[in-house]
Order: sequence, then C-alpha cells, then structure tokens
Amino acid sequence: MIRKDKPQKTLILGSGALQIGQAGEFDYSGSQAIKALKQDGVNTVLINPNIATIQTSEHLADKVYFLPVNAEYVERIIEKEKPDSILLGVGGQTALNVGVELFKTGVYKKYDIKVLGTPVESIMNTEDRLLFNQKVTEIGLKVAVSKPVSTVEEAVGAARSIGFPVMCRIAYALGGLGSGIVNSENELIEKAIRAFAFTNQILIEESLYGWKEVEYEIVRDKFNNCITVCSMENLDPMGIHTGDSIVVAPVQTLSATENFKLRSIGIKLIRHLGIIGECNIQYALNPKSDDYRIIEVNARLSRSSALASKATGYPLAFIATKLALGYALNEVENIITQETSACFEPSLDYIAVKFPRWDLQKFRQVSTLLGSEMKSVGEVMSLGRSFEEAIQKAIRMLDLGFSGLVCNDLEFENLEEEIKKPTDRRLFAVTQALRNGYSVEKVHELSKITEWFLYKIKNIIKIEKLLENYNLENLPNELLKEAKQKGFSDKQIAWLIHSTESKVRVKRKIVGIIPSVKQIDTMAAEFPAKTNYLYLTYNGDEDDVKLSEENQIIVLGSGTYRIGSSVEFDWCGVNTVLTLSDLKYKPIMINYNPETVSTDYDICHKLYFEELTLERVLDICEKENPEGVIVSMGGQIPNNLSTKLHEAGIKILGTSPEQIDNAENRHKFSRILDKVGVDQPAWSELTDLADAKKFSSSVGYPVLIRPSYVLSGAAMSIVLSENELEEYLKKASDISKEHPVVISKFITEAREIEVDAVSQNGNLFCYAIAEHVENAGVHSGDATIVFPPQRTYLETVRRVKLITKRIAQELKITGPFNIQFIAKDNDVKVIECNLRASRSFPFVSKVLKINFIDIATRLIMNILLPPFRSSAFDLDYVGVKAPMFSFTRLKGSDPVLGVEMASTGEVACLGDDFDEAFLKSLVSTGINIKPKSILLSTGTIKNKTVFLKEARLLNDLGIKLFATVGTANFLKENNISVESLRWSSPEENSEVLSVIKNKSVDLVINIPRDDEMKSLENDYIIRRKAVDLNISLITNIEFARRYVKAIYKYSTGKLSVKSWDEYL
Amino acid sequence: MAEKQKAILILEDGLEFSGYSFGAKRNTNGEVVFNTGMVGYPETLTDPSYNGQIVVLTYPLIGNYGIPKNYSENNISTTFESDKIHARGLIVSDYSENYSHWNAEMSLSSWMEKQNIPGIYGIDTRKLTKRLREYGVMLGKIVVDPTSNIHFEDPNKSNLVAEVSVKTILRTPKPGKRIVLVDCGAKNSIIHAFLRRNIGVIRVPYDYDFLLEDVEGIVISNGPGDPKICTKTIDNVRRALKGNIPILGICLGCQIMALAAGGDTYKLKYGHRGQNQPCNESGTKRCYITSQNHGYAIRTDSLPEDWREWFQNDNDGTNEGIIHISKPFFGAQFHPEASPGPDDTEFIFDMFVRALR
Repeated sequence: MIRKDKPQKTLILGSGALQIGQAGEFDYSGSQAIKALKQDGVNTVLINPNIATIQTSEHLADKVYFLPVNAEYVERIIEKEKPDSILLGVGGQTALNVGVELFKTGVYKKYDIKVLGTPVESIMNTEDRLLFNQKVTEIGLKVAVSKPVSTVEEAVGAARSIGFPVMCRIAYALGGLGSGIVNSENELIEKAIRAFAFTNQILIEESLYGWKEVEYEIVRDKFNNCITVCSMENLDPMGIHTGDSIVVAPVQTLSATENFKLRSIGIKLIRHLGIIGECNIQYALNPKSDDYRIIEVNARLSRSSALASKATGYPLAFIATKLALGYALNEVENIITQETSACFEPSLDYIAVKFPRWDLQKFRQVSTLLGSEMKSVGEVMSLGRSFEEAIQKAIRMLDLGFSGLVCNDLEFENLEEEIKKPTDRRLFAVTQALRNGYSVEKVHELSKITEWFLYKIKNIIKIEKLLENYNLENLPNELLKEAKQKGFSDKQIAWLIHSTESKVRVKRKIVGIIPSVKQIDTMAAEFPAKTNYLYLTYNGDEDDVKLSEENQIIVLGSGTYRIGSSVEFDWCGVNTVLTLSDLKYKPIMINYNPETVSTDYDICHKLYFEELTLERVLDICEKENPEGVIVSMGGQIPNNLSTKLHEAGIKILGTSPEQIDNAENRHKFSRILDKVGVDQPAWSELTDLADAKKFSSSVGYPVLIRPSYVLSGAAMSIVLSENELEEYLKKASDISKEHPVVISKFITEAREIEVDAVSQNGNLFCYAIAEHVENAGVHSGDATIVFPPQRTYLETVRRVKLITKRIAQELKITGPFNIQFIAKDNDVKVIECNLRASRSFPFVSKVLKINFIDIATRLIMNILLPPFRSSAFDLDYVGVKAPMFSFTRLKGSDPVLGVEMASTGEVACLGDDFDEAFLKSLVSTGINIKPKSILLSTGTIKNKTVFLKEARLLNDLGIKLFATVGTANFLKENNISVESLRWSSPEENSEVLSVIKNKSVDLVINIPRDDEMKSLENDYIIRRKAVDLNISLITNIEFARRYVKAIYKYSTGKLSVKSWDEYL
Repeated sequence: MAEKQKAILILEDGLEFSGYSFGAKRNTNGEVVFNTGMVGYPETLTDPSYNGQIVVLTYPLIGNYGIPKNYSENNISTTFESDKIHARGLIVSDYSENYSHWNAEMSLSSWMEKQNIPGIYGIDTRKLTKRLREYGVMLGKIVVDPTSNIHFEDPNKSNLVAEVSVKTILRTPKPGKRIVLVDCGAKNSIIHAFLRRNIGVIRVPYDYDFLLEDVEGIVISNGPGDPKICTKTIDNVRRALKGNIPILGICLGCQIMALAAGGDTYKLKYGHRGQNQPCNESGTKRCYITSQNHGYAIRTDSLPEDWREWFQNDNDGTNEGIIHISKPFFGAQFHPEASPGPDDTEFIFDMFVRALR
C-alpha cells in the first residue's frame, strides 16, 4: 500500500519495569505496535528490560534487548543496530523522556534516524508546561492560570499572587509525581524543595478543585484527518489523579453541545500541536457553567488510551502505529469489525467503568489520602448496560473481598471526613452516607461527585433495602431480576435474604433469570461485526454470538495487577492461549484487566471481559460448555477458584483440585511433606496468646507470624522476642478460635532458593532452580533473583531437585508449579509450594529460551513430549531479576524490604557473569551504579563488620564516603576514610539530612537495625528523604555487598550491549 | 417516577419486547429506526426528519443530563432543532429519571409527557437494533394502554414533508446577502449556520416556488421520508438548476437535488442515523466524521454526466454528497450543521457562502 520513505528497521522503546503510574498498559501498546510494524514488513528492534512482558516474547520483535531504557543504552544500541527510525510513543513516559533527551543531544541527526509519528518538537511542546500553555493560548483556547517558577522563593511569590490553594505541578512526571494541591506556604515550600530535586522548573497554577474531569482520546494522521475515539468522565472530581479516579466511558453527564465542543477544541489543539498518531487530552469542566480548562495533552499512548482501547474495542496502539508509518486513517482496516473503516468514532452500547486498585495496606506509615499523585497499582474495567451493574461488577473485580458496592462489612468512624478527604474507601463511605439518609445534595457538596452518579448509587441502595424484606421462598422474581440488572451478585442477594449463594443461583436459574452474552463491536450493532470481544449483562435477553462450540477451553486470567501479581501472569495466560490455538483448540480467556495483552482482540478465540468470581465463571461455563478450565496460569485468583469450580462439576484441566487443596492447606501439605520425608521449618497454628508464646519460645526466636485476620498494618511479620510477639498480636492482629495465627520458626542467615517446574502425571518434566541474592526474610517478590544459581552448593541443588521430584510425584502434578526452599549449610527445607505458574516463569523461560508455559499447556492437554537433555539447562550466561519499587509515590511509606511484598514491578537482564547481569538490572530499576559519594549507615555491629571489606573497596574506588556517627567511628577505627555526619535537633538541620537534601550523595546504603526505637526512627527519615529526593537507596546487607563488588569489578569496563539471541 | 407502568413494543414481524412506560402514557405507532449517537437526545427528538418514526437509541443510559433550558437567538431556538418533538416515540434501555446538569430544566420523561410523546424503557435495544439491521426498518407500535387499540401505520405513505414544513414564508432581518431555505423539515441549526455568517434567511414552504424570491443562494433542507414524494420541490429545483444561483442541498435536500438533476434514489435497508459516519472526500485522503439521519440514498451511478460523487461513506460505500462539475451546485447527504454531532464538515457552509454572489 505504501509508500515512499517507509522505514526498513525501527527501534522501539519499551517502558521498563512496572511502577505506579506506568504499568502493564505499555505491554499492550508495545505489542500492538510491533504487530503493526511487522505487518508492513518493518524489521523491529525492541529495548525493554521488563522480561515478563509479551512484547519481549520470541514471536514478536525481530530483536530484543533486555537493557535499561535510558539515553546511554539506547544510543549504544542505535550505534550497533543502525535502525533508520525510532518509535517513542508506546513506552510510556520513560520512552518519551529518553526520546526527547536523544533529540536534544543530537543522536537522531548523528545516526540519521527518523522519529516515527509525533515529531519531538511537538512532544516537547506538550511536556513543558510553559510551552504548552503558550501553544494552547495562541489559538484562543483556555488553560488554568499558571506560572512557571524555578526557585522556592519564586514559587511562594507566584502562589501568593494566584492565592491559596494552588496547584503545584511538575513537568516530566510519571503519573503526576510530586504534583498536588497546596493549601499553605509551608506546605508549598516542602513540596517545592522535593520537586526541584527532579526538575528545575515547576508550575504554580490556579486550583480547579471540584471541577469535573473529562478526557478524550484523539487520533490524527499526517493528512490532517482527526477523530476522537473515546470520551471518558471521571466520577471523582479534579484534584484526584485520573489514575486514582473511578472513570466511566463514554461521558455520561455532558450534553451533546458540551461534548462536541470539547471534541472540536481537542481536535483544534491536536492539529495545532502537530501530533501524528494517538494522544490524550484532559479537561476540567466547571460544573456550574460551560467553562473549561485544558489540563494536559499526553502525546503518546497512555494508561487512558489503553483503557479507551479496551472500553471501545478500537485498537488504538495498532492504528496509531500505522499512522506513524504514514498511512491515512481511512487506509487502515478496522481489524475489529473487519467490515468498516478505522476512520470512525466508536459508538458504544454499554458503559465501561474503570476502578483503581490500591494496595496501601501493604506499606507501613503510608498516607491513604488520595490527591494529585497517583497511588494505585492496578485497575479493573467492567462492562454493563447500566451504571449500577457496571460499578458493582467493578468493585467485585478488585478482588479485595468486597461483594459489590453494598453488602460489605465496613465501618466508618467519621463519614463526613471520609467523604470530604478521599481515600481508597471513599465510594463506600458515600454509599453508607446515602444509606444513612444523607441527601444527594449533601453528599455532592462534600464529595463534589456529580449528582447523577449518586442517584445511581441510591438505586442500588433501594434494591438492597427491598431485598431485606424477603427470604429465598417469598422473593418475587421481578425483584430478583431487577437486583441482577442492578449488578447484585448471588452472594449479595444471599447475604440480604439470609440464604446461600448456591441456593440463590438455583432459584434464579429455575425462573430463567440468566445473563446474556453481548459483543463489543465498536459500532453499537449498526453493522455485523466479527468481534470475539464479549461481556455478560442482565440488561438484555439475547446472546450475540454462537455459544457452546466444539473444542473450547477456558483459561482464567489474572485479574487486576496488584502487588504480588502482575504482568508475569498475563504472559503465562497469553502463552497458554497461544499454545491452545496451536493445538487447534478454541481458547476462551476470562479477564477484566484493561492493561493486559490477554484482553487484546487478536489473542484468543473468545474473550470474556468479565469477573473472575465463581458465579461469573459458572455462568460462562454454562453458556459455553468448554471441555475444561485451566486455572494454573493466572496466579492466585484462578487457583482459589479451582475447588469451588470442581465442586460445581466443572472439569479442571491439569493438576486435580484435590491436590491443589493439598498444597494450599497448610495442615494437609505438612502431612504430605512428612510422608515423603521432606523437611520444613517448625510451625503451628495457634488460637491464643499463651500458646503462641509457648510455641515461639520452644522453637526459639525469631519467628514468622501470619495472622488470618488483619486489623492494621502489614499482615506478616518477623518478631524477635516475646515482648514483640505480644505487642504484635495485641496491636496488629486478632488471635482467636475464629482467627488463628500461624507461627513458624524463622531461620536466620539462610539462603532462599526457588524452583519453577512443569510435570505430567507426577513426572517432573523440566525445572529451573534460582537463588536469591538477599537472605531469607525478604519476600521472594522483592528479592533479587539469580538464574542459573551461582553460589548454591551442588549438593543443595541436588537435594532441591530430589525434593521437587518427590513432591511432583506425591501431588500427581500436571502443569506448572513452584516450590520455595530455604537452605543453610546444605540443609534444605520447603517453605511454600504453589501448584500453579509463578511470578518467575517468564524470567526462567526467557533466560533458558525454553517456554515453560508452552510445555505446561501441552502436558496439561495430554500431549507426550520428548524429554529434554540436561544440557539444555546448562548456560554460559546469567540472568538477574531485580525488583522495582514505587516508594517515591507512596508518601510516608518506609522504603524497606520485609516479609510482605512491596515492589510493583521487576526487570531482568542477561550478562556474561553475575556482576554484569546484576548491574544492568540495577540500572534498569534506576539505581546509580557510578556513585561519586555514598552515605553509609550499616546498622548492627555484625553488619558493620561484614561490610568492612566492601567499604574498603569503595575507598579504593575513590568514592567519597559519608556515614552516620556509629558507622563512621567503626570505619575510621578500621582505617577507612569517611566523613562523619551528626544528627542534631531540630532534625531537619542535621548534617545527615542536609547531605541528602543538597544531593551531595548519589547513593544511600542504610541497613535497618532491629533495636533502639530512636535510631529506627532516624533510619526511617534517612530512607524516606533519599527516596523523596530520588537518590538511590539500598537497605539489604547482602545486596549492598554484591553491589559494591560488582561496581568494583566493572569500574573500568563497560557493560556489554548484547541482544537476547546473542546469548547462546 | 412513581410505580413502574408496563409497556410493550410490538414490531410488524410479530416480535414483542416488554418494558416500562415513560413520557406520555399513550400508545403510538410509526417506523422504527435506530440511532447510534451516544448523546444529543433533545436535538435528535426535535429533528423534523424523524417525523413519523419511533426512535431507538442504541446507547443504553438515556436521560442523564435532563432537558436543557430553551435558549434562542433571533427568536429561533438554539437548544432544540424545532419547536417540538417530531419523533413519534422513543425506545431506550436504561432511562434515568434523575438527571444532573447545570443547565437542565426538567427530566426527559416530563418533557415528553408535556409534548404527549410516549417512550418505553427496559428493553434489549441491542437485540432490537440487530433485528432492524437484519430485516431492515420495520413498522412498530408502543402499547402503554392495552385497552385501546392501535394499528401499524406506514408513515412513508403520507407526505411527511408537508407535515413539518412551514406553512408561511418567514424572513429573518436582512443584514446583507440572503438565501432562500426551502423548508422540507429544516433543523434550526441550518438557519443559525447562515445567520452566524451574516446571511439572511427566507424560509419558505417545501412546495413554494422559491424562484420568485430575489436571493443570492438556494438551500434545500433536510427532511423526513422518501424524497420522491416531494415532486413539487423537485420540479422547482430542476428549474433552478438551469440557472446559476448557488444551490446547497442537505440530506433530503441533497437527494431532491439529485432527482432534479436526473439521478435516482433508493431506500436503504436500515439507513444511517448517528454521529460517527465516516465520509471520504473524493479525490483526497480526507475523511470526515459526520452526523447523519437518512433512510434513503442517491444512486451514484445514476448521476448525469455533469455531476460527480463528492463524498462516499467509508463504511458501506454509499453516496454521501454530490457536486456539479462547473456550476456552484452541491449537496451533502450528512448534516454539516451537526447538532448533535461533530462539526468536521461545517466548512461546507463556508464554501457555499463564498459562492454567493
């Protein structure tokens, strides 16, 4: 079709590790972009250290580099690969920033590289607030009054002239980092200091608190054709980051005039800016007039565009890439309908609701208040034909134990406060207030939520109250139907009429109240579409598609990304589906996460954008009659459904649900380990404090506590003494017959080892053993993982393998599984076993270049495969997986590692030895590996001693060392040159903090100690300051030691730039 | 609303949908057509082109922003497309009696009740739309009061244009140049489009001999039903085409122009009604998103020598506009005045105004 100037070879920048503000949506956009380029015969080179992504799979880009997405590495790859073009728009803010930097340093000119899509000048015009405001106002459009400032004093001056409250906005930010509404001068000063650590310009703006926030996704080609693909309205008003807002698509409460006015304004601006491809524009709307402000334009694929793409069915990233190649909109086929043009604006005949998922309870000391800095770690999207239906579905999808908007066990101490000051619980507080009789006007006044949404919530409450008057026998069919149409689950109805979920299900099926299957076709049924994109609704009475086809297999997806479960399980799900298709099955995916590739239009035979609840999965099974359901690929949600689905008569493929239960149930699993002669740390389940004390002292402290019911704070904890045990059990948890506590012996200074493996009928087929850099005590999701192991004794490896074999045999495992071990002096104990794919499956699969999920799927489908030769597991290179933390965004949280997982993402890099792979992965997570100065505070005497050798290496490297008094004294005694820094009162003026504040250090190594409250508090302040000021932080002693050795080793040499296929 | 009152929608093929009544509590009949626009129910319902039709809105959540206050300029409403609801009934899935909007005055149901127009909600509008797509538009009736009988009635057999056209000539104050607007059921936005460009409008009945007026341009408006029924208008336009006064046809007006030029029109299976119709401009790479509402179309291959296809629908390839090769005559099948809809093609008014001598 085209074209002159078509690129031959394109470099694509990925987005790196998942973090708050930049998550799985860029796997979706990158993957679609690669497909769009490949379809045009363009050679593709991808750089992305996020090894768990689909886009870094073998079958997509022609070449993959698991390397940091920063200017240095991108330039080195350009030098090596000599691409003729680069794509910046599909790797989030990370890719965009790097792209701009390369432009400024003249790299594109030097290597004659064409930037595809939106020109860099246009990107800069959208990124720099001052330039942006100029661009907007020069065509007569409105932005918020805004003053750029570059010092704290200027900031205060600007704020005074605008008048508090003001919005303090920071350019070049991921998810609005640092931005926020500031009410007072002191608050502003604090924020400005933080902000200037990241940038030399911030903006002081008029506050638009309480205005409506709406967004449009706009697409433009180089022929000036311009369309708006989707409009979205935030339920939460301005002031709450859109990533933390509940969002509906399309807009609900704007008139046609307003809607099309905003469309025209957006198109006018996008044409003026010269964007080619896709962008997102955000508006604030005065709720009492037709006044508006343009908030920002994101000249790239974004979280919102991923959402818009899934909400409408319009493949934005794919089409944006085609436009970047030079196609006109009306030359691109609409791959969803395969009938109509890509140059049209989707018409929806349903409502989509996005709800953010927060994991704030995982962090100590974090503020739960929502504001203009994003805090959520994932999101869900629900579809329905009424708002009530969609919002209740969305809340269930969060997988936080809520059964919908109502019927939850929640209590609020001060409703008005909870509504006025938004937290992750606000919508429930709003519901409670309306239930308690607050008027819609009053709740609107407090929350600034548009009344229409509140009326809808009232409709749900009305049904809730009606249902309470009935029992299962006398419940009228009409009310039951209305409840289902308003999104009530069988469980909610059962709760209200004092029955059970299964009885409600039976009753409604008898009277014929079942959901209908509807298609998402982008055009409201105007033309027949071939889309496989489906959802269920009770607001309808006809199924759109052919059901119960032959050879269908259901694969349960992983649901919302949260801490502990993210893109890696999407990789597993997608690979399962691809293998099933390859085996000529018709795979059906159930998932509801708009950030995923598994919910893309071209992945499976049918996609149900639906809840992963028992009720919904059964509904789909009853509609589709699949040959079976695969529950082992989507992490814990599907795993937890296995027994219930099995009991409901659904065939579970792979390891049997009885065996899954045997592994999940602590008592049963313990008996099995005893039976096969495998050791485990001593543990006991206890129901009162006295027993807990008795058991703990008998096994000896420290012990690990796992409560079954959490009052506040982190769920799991290590306690060192009886005092601590008592304090913990009294404060953080509840111990009783109903809520037992599991206590196990915590083995100190032990190594952690993991096995990812695949079996068939109990025979171990393939396995990968990996070791942690950190000692046991750091959650495996936060640990730095080395594969193949470099420091584990052969004997240990042999034992691990033997135990794995025995467990596989005993549990008759078919499919993927993961076992975690603890090893000390060749003594190996099992700490956990999951009969499902684990977080590290993509990592080991990609390092080994053996796709464990593909194998597992084939074995699950009873295919016999030839065994591997063991040489396949013998590697000449090393892979290191490192965690990515988002502490910067989580104000107040203590950035320290513990037994509860805290990382939001991960990267993995390859190297010729451990140190190289390790350093590459550190750079990929933003850790400075060329520090000129380091602040040390190495905790206990023992750790100080252990670190001595490394401190000396730092001296040898000529790195300036600072240390807190204790550490400094110790180092000086050992002839290490170091500058001692004091704590003084007030703390803010302490020497320790001023070196951080002035950024006189490039790295902080702060190893927490377990005693002395005061020093604990000081340590926390050091860590927090470092994180707030974007200074690299290391808090684990083993990690710190390996870090120093690695930078010492590579102090003169460069880390290699090698693509995945160059590691043989 | 108080107690929910049941209502039934019956299609001529016998299919029934039961739902609940809103708006006026009476029965109605007409041609059932669907519209895929997601906003703009006040504008849509007052568009005279819907005369004789029962409208299905495919977007399920309707009524959310209520009905706005009626503002006017030059005594012509800028809020609504005419003085009343022209659709005979409204079919939606999920109706919101509670609305919220700073500019709202009443709920959709109250407004329809005032204007004596019935509605039905709580039905599977997607199923209905698919039915209409597969079988073509059908006659239907909404039965709210089962005790009174109502039959199916084909509105296309009556002169729908005559029902909605002005009965007398209306002249706006003359600021400068003037056009005659042949009112086949003109939307107010068309009049505003000229007034805002300082062009006076003489609005005449559809069958009036507009050549009697001394004007710089002629506009044939949109309107309901089959263009072939407007024989008088076609004759008048045929005579106008012999002259050189610029002529613009919009929607039905465009079809009338084609018929007058010697071309042919036909009934589409289920028409184009919505705000997202892509139209390619012939000979360019430009594609515009347009607002549409028509059940008939021009047969492109029937156009005489000196006419060209100007726009083409990018979805189904049907004709979306025609242009004369030498004279200032052109017409658009879509609505350049939008309302409700995107304003991508407003330039057509500018083109026309530039052509006025």
